Amino acid sequence: MFDPHKIREDFPILKRKVNNHPLIYFDNAATSQKPRQVIEAERDFYEKHNANVHRAVHTLSQEASQLYEDAHEEVAKFINASGMEEIVFVRGTTEAINLVAYGWGLHNLGKKDEVVVSLMEHHSNIVPWEILSRVNGFDVTYVEVNNDGTLDYEDLEGKISRKTKIVCLSHVSNVTGIVNDVRRIVKLAHEHGALALFDGAQSVPHLPVDVKELGVDFLAFSGHKMLGPTGIGCLYGKREVLEKTDPFEGGGEMIREVAFDTKRKRCTISWNELPWKFEAGTPNIAGGVGLMAAVRYLTRLGMENVKAHECMMTGYAMKRLKECGNVEVYGPKDPSVKCGIVPFGVQGLSSHDVALFLDSYGIMVRSGYHCAQPLHQMLKLSSSARASFYLYNTTEEIDRFVDVLKEIERV
Amino acid sequence: MVSVEDYVARVEETCGEEKDFIVIFKYDKKDEAVAKILQRAKREKSISTLIYELAFRNVSFRLYSTGKAIFRNLKEKSELQRVLAELLL
Repeated sequence: MFDPHKIREDFPILKRKVNNHPLIYFDNAATSQKPRQVIEAERDFYEKHNANVHRAVHTLSQEASQLYEDAHEEVAKFINASGMEEIVFVRGTTEAINLVAYGWGLHNLGKKDEVVVSLMEHHSNIVPWEILSRVNGFDVTYVEVNNDGTLDYEDLEGKISRKTKIVCLSHVSNVTGIVNDVRRIVKLAHEHGALALFDGAQSVPHLPVDVKELGVDFLAFSGHKMLGPTGIGCLYGKREVLEKTDPFEGGGEMIREVAFDTKRKRCTISWNELPWKFEAGTPNIAGGVGLMAAVRYLTRLGMENVKAHECMMTGYAMKRLKECGNVEVYGPKDPSVKCGIVPFGVQGLSSHDVALFLDSYGIMVRSGYHCAQPLHQMLKLSSSARASFYLYNTTEEIDRFVDVLKEIERV
Repeated sequence: MVSVEDYVARVEETCGEEKDFIVIFKYDKKDEAVAKILQRAKREKSISTLIYELAFRNVSFRLYSTGKAIFRNLKEKSELQRVLAELLL
């Protein structure tokens, strides 16, 4: 049985106090806390197996390589990829999207082409395309959002055309928690001969994600938002698409051969096999091992259970927040279209004031634009406070959160 | 010689339309910093001993006894530095 109270026992940090109050951590969309199993897996790696991976014959390197490859396999299973050749370890979602922009986009996007993104994107799914468009001269087309922050599918249908080469959208909005209809978007993109990239930073940690069922060409996500360490994340790519994608960075590990041609006085380079051709230099091995422990932890709990718990928490929070006269919840009012994120404002206070007030009571929430300024402009918000939940949060914490918000009203 | 840096751990420039500065005082100096500021700034309002709404030379700000302060409507960081120097030194 899924019991958040029991789960909390695995998270040492949740026992601490902040400003003399028990910690309530509602900033999970920014990063999640780490269970003992993940912390111990990283420590165990450094204490017992630490060595560089691949191309060494000694025992420690063999052990490290095996663990690092096992981590790729574990992530592949978690999202139902065909195998580890479709899983590239990167620093996080941002680097994964940049890898696609520079590895694929640099060579495949020209002046007559279009990249379709939306106004609900995190900056990490806007800025790489805007930067690259200055080099290659393609257009970046923005799909509108409705007044409640949901994606305008009619606008999307109107904006995808034969000029569209790639559609890059969020699976789940990091501001509103809205879950986009990935299959519908992928179908549209493929009908027009375009690839589909999804930012899974807010979906993979919180929902069951099956890349084969969704049909995505690329899926980017971060380890640190799904109980794993910081500095490790993944780019999933369909094998046939990754084979046509060039490396983003050059160096060791990603090459098969660097042969000096004595006639040309130049080196001839051939790439390593997938996924290593995208992992230049010494990778974050311990991070990968930690991510494997995180994935095993989530698998043991069951992603359907994680999703159900967060849906319940979101609905409960939205219902309880209605009791606060000065609080406005932004985005859709129907919690069933959302996933674990509740953006809100308190009348007469900036989001930063709200976050500082809650912090005084040991409650951690985010404030500002959450790296999604265009969405705030569309929703006509100067900024927002954001409570985001995960598998270890409880309804008792929401009760406390609401009580403190009522305190703001009182004063 | 004592400086603002002796009291201040970090300054966060907020994102959002409201360009505020959040000042986080060093943990071991926060009580001293809060006491000095309360002595020098004009108290507009207070919520028990937790939060103080203050004003100082046309700058309004909110001070938290947890050792944080939010300064509003300052144009530049240098202006914040000047205000903090007057409040703390």
